[in-house]
Amino acid sequence: MLDADFFRRWMTAAAASVDRAADRLTELDSPIGDADHGSNLRRGFTAVRAALEEESPDTPGAVLTLAGRRLVSTVGGASGPLYGMLLRRTGKALGDAAEVSEEQFAGALRVGVDAVRALGGAAPGDKTMIDALAPAVDALGDSFAAARSAALAGAEATTPLRARKGRASYLGERSVGHQDPGAASAALLVAALAEVAGE
Amino acid sequence: MLINVPETVVADALRGMAAAHPELTVDVENRVIIRRDAPVPGKVALVSGGGSGHEPLHGGFVGPGMLAAACPGEVFTSPVPDQMVRAAAAVDSGAGVLFVVKNYTGDVLNFDMAAELAEDEGIQVAKVLVEDDVAVTDSLYTAGRRGTGGTLFVEKIAGAAAEEGQPLERVEAIARQVAGASRSFGVALGACTTPAKGSPTFDLPAGELELGVGIHGEPGRERRPMMTSGEIAEAAVDAVLTDLEPRNPVLVLVNGMGATPLLELYGFNGEVQRVLAERGVAVARVLVGNYVTSLDMAGASVTLCQVDEELLRLWDAPVRTPALRWGM
Repeated sequence: MLDADFFRRWMTAAAASVDRAADRLTELDSPIGDADHGSNLRRGFTAVRAALEEESPDTPGAVLTLAGRRLVSTVGGASGPLYGMLLRRTGKALGDAAEVSEEQFAGALRVGVDAVRALGGAAPGDKTMIDALAPAVDALGDSFAAARSAALAGAEATTPLRARKGRASYLGERSVGHQDPGAASAALLVAALAEVAGE
Repeated sequence: MLINVPETVVADALRGMAAAHPELTVDVENRVIIRRDAPVPGKVALVSGGGSGHEPLHGGFVGPGMLAAACPGEVFTSPVPDQMVRAAAAVDSGAGVLFVVKNYTGDVLNFDMAAELAEDEGIQVAKVLVEDDVAVTDSLYTAGRRGTGGTLFVEKIAGAAAEEGQPLERVEAIARQVAGASRSFGVALGACTTPAKGSPTFDLPAGELELGVGIHGEPGRERRPMMTSGEIAEAAVDAVLTDLEPRNPVLVLVNGMGATPLLELYGFNGEVQRVLAERGVAVARVLVGNYVTSLDMAGASVTLCQVDEELLRLWDAPVRTPALRWGM
């Protein structure tokens, strides 16, 4: 079973991972975006970490809902609302249980990813974070490690794609050959999950 | 770059703005710029915002006759919903708030969330989307036409309607009319550099230009060897006219992207006016200057807005903001 502490550790690991990878994310965002994905997410997850320490929410749902709200309030751009929606809706789907099973979490994360798809209007193959998140949710039924592999593979598979959503879409063919920074950061988030699960 | 560190660029600018403009309330910590006499009893309030780096848009357009509040985000990054909710609460007199939103994924998502939250607080909110950049020809497989110079026309004209005390649904209808009647086309002669990156965000070799560039350096329709001011004016005006086909007189905005001298901008405006005359387009008013910039990008954009007598009257109505001021 997964408790509030597990999800707090997930967010802390995600914050550390984003912090380490911030320069790489910004570099990915340079040719097809405006070179700020790393710094924006770092600002957001730093705020998440502070909020979790300050408010110490005591259920899995409350941890993720709070994290989502902080991201919306601090990141800006498209990533703020999209990542905020992902965590908030996942958190809300977990309800107020003190512990949740891995199956319940997988189901809740699917609700979160569906909400992101609805908000941003992106489908798999549009070269967005969905390309990492959708396969990760599918693989989460097997294990956290499988979800991490699926997310990383999904992020890497965005490289040959042509962007159809967000600012990169204006590049058209010129977006081909670059990995999508949103898919890369989404893969980091999933990898952090596997890390705290000890897989 | 004339900065301290990239992380404080926006806050530093807001502090400087506060010192220069005592007629505005600048909340540096919460990132909102509000006209000092807000809320104005009985009047609709316009709230806009977007990434920083496009100054004077939007903060420079706060004041009587235009915006009631502006919400600056990080450089080229949309503001967060908390800012718009705070701004809306500060300026709403009970007559409602109109959000003016440029069509970028981040701005649209954050303003949508803000509208929901503000309505939860009992504030009546309407929204208008500005999507005037004709350089985006493929709207199906992109995020759609970007909001650029047309934003100035929407904010000025709808702001005048609000100042007159017109009700929210009327101010919203006027804003939509202006947005629908505005078209822009931009050209970059040199790329821009964001403080966070410290080097140009896209690669534009000397001696080449990008036709149809966006205000964050988004690529346009094509890259060409350098052209003369007259040739660029023909390309820009024709791109706009192909889409707009105006029957009424137009407002013309010849806008600098940030690093193009006014000497060149006025010269370019001369060429724009020549082309418009040759195409038989009647010009009602002309505005030349740096209004919707893109940091230190070199280049210019042309925005035309087709106006009837009522819109022209509202354009001419008094306005008093840091960047646009006449009649009062």
